Amino acid sequence: MAIMNIREAILSTLHAEMERDGDIMLLGEDVVGGNGTAGGPEAIGGIWGTSTGLWAKFGPDRVIDTPISESAIIGAAAGAALAGKRPVAELMFADFVGVSMDQLWNQMAKFRYMFGGKTRCPAVVRMVYGAGMQTAAQHSQSVYALLTAIPGLKVVLPTTPADAKGLLTEALRGDDPVMFFEHKALYGVKGEVPEGEHRVPFGQARMVREGGDVTVVACGRMVNFAEKAADKLAAEGIGIDLLDLRTTSPMDEDAILDSVEQTGRLVVVDESPPRCSLAADVAALVAARAFTSLKAPPAMLTGPHAPIPFSRGLERAWLPSPQTIEGAVRRTLAFR
Amino acid sequence: MLQLGHDQLLGAYRRMATIRAFEERLHDEIKTGEIGGFTHLYAGQEAVAVAICDQLTVEDKIVSTHRGHGHCIAKGCDVTGMMLEIYGRADGLCKGRGGSMHIADLAVGMLGANGIVGGGAPQAVGAALAAKVDGRGRVGVAFSGDGACNQGTTFEAMNLAVVTKAPAIFVFENNHYSEHTGDAYAVGTARDIASRAEAFGMKVWRADGCDFFATYEAFRELLEHVRGGGGPAAIELDTERFYGHFEGDPQRYRGPGELDRIRAERDCLKGFRARVTGAGLLTAAELDAVDAEVAALIDAAVATARAAADPDPATVADDVYVEYY
Repeated sequence: MAIMNIREAILSTLHAEMERDGDIMLLGEDVVGGNGTAGGPEAIGGIWGTSTGLWAKFGPDRVIDTPISESAIIGAAAGAALAGKRPVAELMFADFVGVSMDQLWNQMAKFRYMFGGKTRCPAVVRMVYGAGMQTAAQHSQSVYALLTAIPGLKVVLPTTPADAKGLLTEALRGDDPVMFFEHKALYGVKGEVPEGEHRVPFGQARMVREGGDVTVVACGRMVNFAEKAADKLAAEGIGIDLLDLRTTSPMDEDAILDSVEQTGRLVVVDESPPRCSLAADVAALVAARAFTSLKAPPAMLTGPHAPIPFSRGLERAWLPSPQTIEGAVRRTLAFR
Repeated sequence: MLQLGHDQLLGAYRRMATIRAFEERLHDEIKTGEIGGFTHLYAGQEAVAVAICDQLTVEDKIVSTHRGHGHCIAKGCDVTGMMLEIYGRADGLCKGRGGSMHIADLAVGMLGANGIVGGGAPQAVGAALAAKVDGRGRVGVAFSGDGACNQGTTFEAMNLAVVTKAPAIFVFENNHYSEHTGDAYAVGTARDIASRAEAFGMKVWRADGCDFFATYEAFRELLEHVRGGGGPAAIELDTERFYGHFEGDPQRYRGPGELDRIRAERDCLKGFRARVTGAGLLTAAELDAVDAEVAALIDAAVATARAAADPDPATVADDVYVEYY
């Protein structure tokens, strides 16, 4: 085991996988950085520190700085994947998926189906998401629910360094387009990472802790918030089954249903607005398939039906928090 | 010097000096940790915003970029309202909801800064098409950088403007850096953005964006062309970014001494001062007095913003719709 943070886990996985597989390419804005400047290439090494050293090691054909052109970045990744490569496209902010939506939604996601199952599109789109840093309405969004709704895409959200390595490796070895979400507030989270090959299969949720009283389902940064809430509640003897979904497409329905069948109570925490959200999806699953186990209505804890505001206090009010998760658990337990 | 009178010259200097002081003060204030999020400073490019917006009316519309403070001030946004917004206060121009990247003031024809590179150009064409319907000779202006010139939205907007003969103006401020990458790498047309606009079928101008007078004169000709029904037009301005892409950017892509050199040789405010005092149009004392006024204005704006109240968290979901359901 090595101790590293999520940023380092992603970077070292990219280094290792690009070493192993000469078909893996990386493209995105400032993934090299400094091209065409006095400072020269690698003056930046990727603004998130997740691509440092790749250009020097693998060269400009495989590590490509792009102009600010998100449609072309995603479309080029789709095309390179159809042409037999394994491109990794980076969106500096997940919000920019809006610019590239057609290439993702109408093109990359649908190739295999439209072409009668005769093609593979093994592209990985890494995108940086999440609120909490006052980056406002166009740089803070968690668009995983939007992409989870698109047939043909797989959606992955690591919350630990070990999962970052395991899920990214899995994405790079698989043959389907994968949307890989990296939360900007989680890059510094440290943890143990297995040495050597480490793969985490998609569709297997991680049981973060077992407590038996209430099932809390979360993904991304909301898992960390839920852990804080669970610590507080544990001190009072309230036990939480905390499930980190890890991937929302595919989603580990069995893990959710198994836990709710035991606890009878569900809180879903989702860093996005409520409508057609992951929270709504999980709540619907439980209502439809674990109805007789339920002792309380499934609770959805999300942001409001509003864009993410800039002002610190407003942003805090927008986001679920350990406190609001704790409150939701208490309300669910109090339901009679 | 051109046809600009004493008051117009002094006003232009005041607006440029206001932008500079606003940005330099933000550069310092951000280090205190009181201002959150991303802030992209416009310092170095003041001559562009002012030489252009000084020739527009309040009915002409502009759309801006993530580096939008200069456009806002030049178009007439309230400086204190902007500062309040950047501090995320309830009385900010956008009630603290938008922040630095999303300042807008429709009352002065400023349709918004934009967090999406290339997000604005189509909207300027829309404003131009609206102006065409109104028939009062108004224009829609898109400010874009050497980064946004590579976005499909910008290409589509240019072609749409040409085929609809919209009174749209594409202002390309080439500060030579799209975020952390040089225009020598990222702009395929050999650092020449205007030729792209020309290829779409519009008339183009080029000028030194660090020279207020050259920019003013080129844009005066351009505006005459567009207002006269000549269709859309573009101008590329060679300018400089005195700070990083965002505040906190270590700027390792800069060459040794580069920032000192551009500040010494390419400072539009210094150039303006030398020209107007050299020609006897304004005195150094007049300009110094403006500098002092501006410094006091910015001091007051910061003091107001620091002391101001934050928005009520209970209002977080207000302003999503005009009519709620």
